[in-house]
Amino acid sequence: MSTAAPQPKANQGQPEPRIDARLKVTGGARYAADIPLSNLAYGVLVTSDIARGQVRSIDFEAAKATPGVLDIVSYGDMTGIEKPQFGSAYTSLGPLHDRTIWHDGQIMALVVADTFEAAQDAARKVKAEYEEQHPSGHFGSAGTETIPAKGHAQRPKENPSAGDFDGAFQSAPVKLEAEYRTPTQTHNPIELFSTTAYWTGKQLTICEPTQSLYGLRGEIARQFRMDPADVRVIAPYVGGGFGSKGPSTPRTAIVALAARRLNRPVRCVVSREQAYTTMPYRAPTRQRIRIGATPDGKITAFSHEGWELTSRIDNYAVAGTETTTRLYGYGSVASDVQLVKADRQTPAYMRSPPEVPYVFAVESALDELAYKLGMDPVELRRVNDTDREPIHGKPFTSRHLMACYDQAAQAFNWSARNPKPGSMRHGDWLIGMGCATAVYPTHIAPATARVRLRADGDVLVQSASQELGTGIRTVAGQMAAEQLGVSFDKVKVEMGDTELPPAPVSGGSNSTASVCSAVLKACQQIQERLFRAAVASNNGPLAGRNPADLAIRNGALVAKDGAAQKLPDVFALLGAGAVEEYAEFIPDGGPHDAVQKLYQGKLTMTGGPEGKKAKYAYGAEFVEVRINSRTREIRIPRLVGAFAAGRIMNTRTARSQLMGGLIWGMSAALFEATEIDERTARTINRDLQDYFVPVNADVQQVEVILLTEVDHEVNPAGVKGIGELGNVGTNAAVANAVFHATGKRLRQLPIRLEHFVA
Amino acid sequence: MQRFAYRRPESVEAAIQAVSAAPGRPNTPPVRAPGQFIAGGTNMTDYMALDVMRPEILVDINRLPAARYGRMEAGAQGLRLGALVRMAQAEDHPVIKSQYPVIHDTLKLAASRQIRNMASLGGNVLQRTRCEYFRETSWACNKRQPGAGCSALDGFNRQHAILGTSPDCIAAYAGDFAQALIALDATVETMGANGGRTIKVADLHQQPGSTPNVETVLEPGELILFINVPAGPWTARSRYLKIRDRDSYQFALTAAAVALDLDGDRVREARIALGGVATIPWRAHEAEAALRGKPLDENTAAQAAQAAFANASTRQHNAFKVPLGKQTIVRALLETKAMKV
Ligand SMILES: Cc1cc2nc3c(=O)[nH]c(=O)nc-3n(C[C@H](O)[C@H](O)[C@H](O)COP(=O)(O)OP(=O)(O)OC[C@H]3O[C@@H](n4cnc5c(N)ncnc54)[C@H](O)[C@@H]3O)c2cc1C
Ligand code: SF4
Repeated sequence: MSTAAPQPKANQGQPEPRIDARLKVTGGARYAADIPLSNLAYGVLVTSDIARGQVRSIDFEAAKATPGVLDIVSYGDMTGIEKPQFGSAYTSLGPLHDRTIWHDGQIMALVVADTFEAAQDAARKVKAEYEEQHPSGHFGSAGTETIPAKGHAQRPKENPSAGDFDGAFQSAPVKLEAEYRTPTQTHNPIELFSTTAYWTGKQLTICEPTQSLYGLRGEIARQFRMDPADVRVIAPYVGGGFGSKGPSTPRTAIVALAARRLNRPVRCVVSREQAYTTMPYRAPTRQRIRIGATPDGKITAFSHEGWELTSRIDNYAVAGTETTTRLYGYGSVASDVQLVKADRQTPAYMRSPPEVPYVFAVESALDELAYKLGMDPVELRRVNDTDREPIHGKPFTSRHLMACYDQAAQAFNWSARNPKPGSMRHGDWLIGMGCATAVYPTHIAPATARVRLRADGDVLVQSASQELGTGIRTVAGQMAAEQLGVSFDKVKVEMGDTELPPAPVSGGSNSTASVCSAVLKACQQIQERLFRAAVASNNGPLAGRNPADLAIRNGALVAKDGAAQKLPDVFALLGAGAVEEYAEFIPDGGPHDAVQKLYQGKLTMTGGPEGKKAKYAYGAEFVEVRINSRTREIRIPRLVGAFAAGRIMNTRTARSQLMGGLIWGMSAALFEATEIDERTARTINRDLQDYFVPVNADVQQVEVILLTEVDHEVNPAGVKGIGELGNVGTNAAVANAVFHATGKRLRQLPIRLEHFVA
Repeated sequence: MQRFAYRRPESVEAAIQAVSAAPGRPNTPPVRAPGQFIAGGTNMTDYMALDVMRPEILVDINRLPAARYGRMEAGAQGLRLGALVRMAQAEDHPVIKSQYPVIHDTLKLAASRQIRNMASLGGNVLQRTRCEYFRETSWACNKRQPGAGCSALDGFNRQHAILGTSPDCIAAYAGDFAQALIALDATVETMGANGGRTIKVADLHQQPGSTPNVETVLEPGELILFINVPAGPWTARSRYLKIRDRDSYQFALTAAAVALDLDGDRVREARIALGGVATIPWRAHEAEAALRGKPLDENTAAQAAQAAFANASTRQHNAFKVPLGKQTIVRALLETKAMKV
């Protein structure tokens, strides 16, 4: 055991090293764009230089004359191909279906050549003439349109409310009202976006990093009016997605069309720069919080309003009010979400889509309230802790928020903090300490898996889930090893291919719960077959026993009294070399056709506030900042997070997820912002030089505490998602610490040194 | 990127000739000159990939005799550094570390170690601005295309310069090392079609004025061969303070190279050069003058800082660089004074 592999506590699995760790560090893991193909042609996108208008003409002459150029797909070429469908695709925009430009960097053509270099050179020679219109790219820009999210977007179904907010707020002895802003952010997974497509007769194969293999298959089949069974999608590994690779994009059909026209495999790896505009982003928000409270800190009135930016053509909303209105035991609640439609591409999911921006506002406001009341911020949360969510009064399947606070506060040594702003100092550096709540709804979705156990104890697990670096292969393998009584190194896990049984989108942190539940079920089916064979044999050591009394351990079936039969002997009884089981898992209350939908690539994820009990994972995060008293650069020497998230399958991969979350949360607080040119609505910082994310030097001490939490009600695996828990609230904890250090409240992210020099 | 011919000459003469062999086009901005040198390539290939640089002939100078141009000499007169010395090599040199810490700092705080292993000293001095509107060719930019206009003036200009700007260009000089060089009165020895010359590093770069496309006084095809840094009583008490959002791997928002010759508390000679705030490596003569002969303390340091930015001109997103730049100078002066030499 080590820091990276924490000693498991009760209800926590072994810190097995990742099943693919060696492959990844040696470069052996193959990503979609690494798959070797013969006779490959290369595609490069041509994108618009304006954000709004019409393409009057587009000149391909010079491009076509470039040696090596094979084909150019552009306007007029998409006949017979459907536009993308918003929902399974991040946008309904079919960029080549007509000549309207809706956003900066919109796809205008795909140039295909023998080599990448020739395609790139030719793509740069394409010249477009536009009929340009003045774009509105920001909240404040004239020409944007504001509409309610409810009724226009998928979320919120309702604006959560409870009691009489107006009355309670008005009569509250202590009032707080504040506005907060969060910026556009771009996912920037290190693996670039790419599509490789080839046709074999009428069958289409797509190699593309995706968080939803079956989703992409269904959507591409729909666009090409094909039977989904004729489309295969492969993504052996995905180099990070964070939501950006969840929904499909217009690029895929364009590349597939080029491959069909050329009758040759075509690969398009989108440049980092073009990814900023051809892929989605996290929408910027504006928010208003109003809180009414009693002098001892009890919140009696809570209102959360949000404005989110979206595109002209799609209404995408995250509506984080669904979570924030259920975070504490507020007396009365009001909420509202508005969409502001601008000349930008459609935003989409980005790691903890609703919670990251919305919890920033709430957790900042609570800190402000604590100062207003002269209360310790931890105690303020304790006073408002609750065992029922306030909207419908549902109990939680489990909630250990304050236990997280207590453990994290102790590890952080919170009691050493002098609450007076600006009071703590080390030499020329101001010290600030702040904390905030992390919360993430627990989701679950239908999933399927196939598991094969061989007589020699080798296990094969198959499920078309997606390994994004989260460790899903590892924990699915651990589940099978545990259930089939073999050591972990006997297990092989195959994922990342629609030839395998379907699994849900890797999103909403549902994968471990969903996929492991399916694996668990398949393993139980195998156990049952083996147990039945053993008890039904005429004279074996387990003959005549009750199958329910058997277990499988260390390569043998064992009874409570110690009687045992080795696996090869059980297989001999069956007359089989291997036993294979396919299982379908449908979550409690899920629709009966959930798995049919899954095969079609349609999502039926449930959880969070839905159902009889509310399902959430919680954490408490503490941050220390240091700010130079002269030059005001902001550094973060310490991050401490304690989390209670049900069963932890593997303490190593769990810590890694949560640590990465804390680091990203800090990054969102101090560094990240996609800058949009105010005049043109064009994206300015389109690479990792100008879009800042932390480097090693910025990440000092990061401590993750995994609490024991047993929750049998949340789902069969007892697992709450942790992939998106860690980066919720961190931004507020940083802002709160910055206030403590300087006495200056920053309500807008990112917090940068220019806010402090004057 | 567009196709180009690649040459690897083994002598300085051949290199100069190879660059000049590209079909001449009068008045081509140097950025778009048909013949270009490449050393470490960390700047050149970056800008070729972005289609900002489009050499027709790329002349790799890494085969020039390493024994001459890859060599560092440290003597009583000062330092003589070959243009092909890698940043990491100079950073690790024991005499630079102990006697010229400001040089060591500018190298250590630049880019990443991997880049410094590749990047040459000559190439570093000549690196191009990181102005976002320069780096993306679909924007109007006077540096890339004279007369096209400057998109940064009224655009997103957080990283842009506040000193030495013109109505035609506000791009900041991005490098760090050159600040140390001008603070220490370094020179470069060059060789071109018309023979060799010695140029003060302080005179090497040109303010944008009405010709932002002309970045240095070098003639097309003129090679930097050596960098000479004279010794002086101020080199040992020197340092570089670089302020940025991240703790590493970021260009300076503001920076100050400071070298001091002190007589007790009193300043005999102060050398101050600024990074991140100016269109060229910027020597803050006014600030130096404000300190000369005075005791160095919080007060005089603040006066010096005030003098340095008296002529600053800011735009929408970079006004913070005035107060930040001043604080950077104050802090750098006081920290340099506190150095144990
Ligand atoms: C991600 C990133 C971060 C960076 N951060 C920093 C930083 O923080 N601080 C900093 O100072 N720099 C930074 N740099 C810039 C880096 O230091 C320069 O790219 C590098 O020093 C250039 O040296 P080179 O040898 O690679 O030059 P090249 O790319 O080979 O050449 C650069 C230019 O100089 C010309 N040239 C090269 N050698 C000669 C010569 N001997 N005579 C005449 N002309 C010549 C070339 O024609 C070209 O125009 C960063 C670069 C990157 C990519
Ligand atoms: S600041 Fe200079 S480099 Fe940048 S866009 Fe303007 S002219 Fe071009």
